[in-house]
Amino acid sequence: MAVTEAHRSARGAARPARRSRKAWNPNKRRKSPTLTIVMTLGLIYSLFPLFWLVVNASKSESNLFSTNGLWFGGHFSLFDNVKQTLTYNGDEFVHWFGNTLLYVAAGAGGATVLATLAGYGLARFEFPGKRGVLAIVLGAVAIPATILVVPTFLMFSKMGLVNTYWAIIIPSLINPFGLYLMWIFARDAIPVELLEAARVDGARELRIFLSIALRLLRPGMITVLLFAVVQTWNNYFLPLVMLNKPGLYPLTVGLNQWNAQSQTAGGVPIFNLVLTGSLLMVIPIMAVFLVMQRYWQSGLTAGSVKQ
Amino acid sequence: MTVLTPETGSDAGAAGARRRIRRGRLRARWTGWGFVAPFFLVFLFALVAPIVYAVYLSLFQDKLIGGNRFAGFANYTEAFKDPQFWAGFERVALFLVVQVPVMLVLALAVAFAVDSARLHWTPLYRIAVFLPYAVPAVVGALMWGFMYGTQFGLVSEFDRWFHVNLPDPLGNSLMLPAIGNIVTWEYVGYNMLIFYSALRVIPHDIYEAAELDNAGAWRIIWHIKLPALRPAMLLATVFSIIGSFQLFTEPAVLYPIAKDQIGSAYTPNWYAYNLSFNGQEYNYSATIAIVMGLLTVIVAYLVQRLGQRKQGA
Repeated sequence: MAVTEAHRSARGAARPARRSRKAWNPNKRRKSPTLTIVMTLGLIYSLFPLFWLVVNASKSESNLFSTNGLWFGGHFSLFDNVKQTLTYNGDEFVHWFGNTLLYVAAGAGGATVLATLAGYGLARFEFPGKRGVLAIVLGAVAIPATILVVPTFLMFSKMGLVNTYWAIIIPSLINPFGLYLMWIFARDAIPVELLEAARVDGARELRIFLSIALRLLRPGMITVLLFAVVQTWNNYFLPLVMLNKPGLYPLTVGLNQWNAQSQTAGGVPIFNLVLTGSLLMVIPIMAVFLVMQRYWQSGLTAGSVKQ
Repeated sequence: MTVLTPETGSDAGAAGARRRIRRGRLRARWTGWGFVAPFFLVFLFALVAPIVYAVYLSLFQDKLIGGNRFAGFANYTEAFKDPQFWAGFERVALFLVVQVPVMLVLALAVAFAVDSARLHWTPLYRIAVFLPYAVPAVVGALMWGFMYGTQFGLVSEFDRWFHVNLPDPLGNSLMLPAIGNIVTWEYVGYNMLIFYSALRVIPHDIYEAAELDNAGAWRIIWHIKLPALRPAMLLATVFSIIGSFQLFTEPAVLYPIAKDQIGSAYTPNWYAYNLSFNGQEYNYSATIAIVMGLLTVIVAYLVQRLGQRKQGA
């Protein structure tokens, strides 16, 4: 009873603005055509490269050079290109896709679990050394992740971790910004009284976490997961440094390898496959992103305003 | 969920419950660590240990004669005198000073427009501008690289249609703006969403009061929205500074088509990478990474202090 009520209020707290704003402004303001036209320029700028990608992914290698780059031309070869992309060089692309999924599932999934546990621990417990942990971890938010890549490579190569799946997964597990978001979120969404009540009832801490806190933390977790998924899916520097076996590559490194192939002596240019592969790589992440878009906003609100 | 204990209700039961709470508190003194420990252990291994190891490496030098030996701060003095490093640093600093304000002002303008309720089909614009953030930086740089390039690029197309001769975006003088355009394209939407989220939590009665006072849209922006956006702008600025200083993917992807312009030390991160992988100079590469990390943290911290002081005043 108390749980469901707190649950509801916490979910309400995650997006109070939308509801209250609507009551005041029932969307009856005068629309401005000028503003709409100006913003359409911004829209064209944002979507134009994606349109270009779709157009050019539908062309064969020879048509890429011979037809107008801004419109469909020649034979419509998108499906041929997709087939070629998936089968080129022993299904390389499919392997890279699988690797990317593994890195995302283990890296982003693990990062979310660790950040949730730690955020909850920091927000709802007093323990010796807590201030120190907070200071160190929040300080780490300011350390650029890519600055760490070369030092991590040097350490991992000493330990024999380079050229393994772990070389990508372990660094992806640490997401200081995710921890920061979860800490703020747990502080706002989980009433202390609720935990005290459960403790009086004799529940153990792990049970309290699993059966009460986790449910209240879900919106925050989804936000952190989304950011971590995009980061891991799009990561290039870390796998570029850590891996030199093509069998372990994620899509980012693989695609750029295909692209660079045309520039090397004796390499066969496969621009049509680079473009089609890029399109195939962009589609899933955009789908995730469009379906989940309302969570982005609530996460950023927690991060930017309630400091 | 409720676990009824036999003592509940009686005086003895109340005492028992109190005792349990006290014991619970004592346990809670350490249970917090139980939740934090998994993160913290990985944190120590994947973040603290590499930094410590890099510092250690930076104190050594690998000489042909004498092998690997302790060198004190020799690598650091070398870095401070290294024209390649400083040229790269100046480049990202210039990038920061020009690209970040352009990007943040654009993001701010879009956020105001999307928040204004005066735009037709608002969600369409919000989503469209945010969409490039989902595109991997590698793919973004690849696409723009093709579009800039002469092979099936738009510049050559444009030249052919209008019989003009546009400058080459991948030429020496336009390389940095060309990269700036890619980064702006990728991140305007992300920053817009930070600002837009902050605008959505402004309590609506403030607007009501302002409208009663006949404040126009611009006055509301100037006196209500901009001050409310301060923390969000600070956050976006700090993230953008960090992003600019670690610029890597775009030059790395464009490198094959613009080798001469980009070279091996275009940005500090690209330099550290090349020192490790093309020069085998691991000690010096670690030094560059540390110096750049320190400079980033210092600049980010100074900007944050400056922003917070303004906020307090």
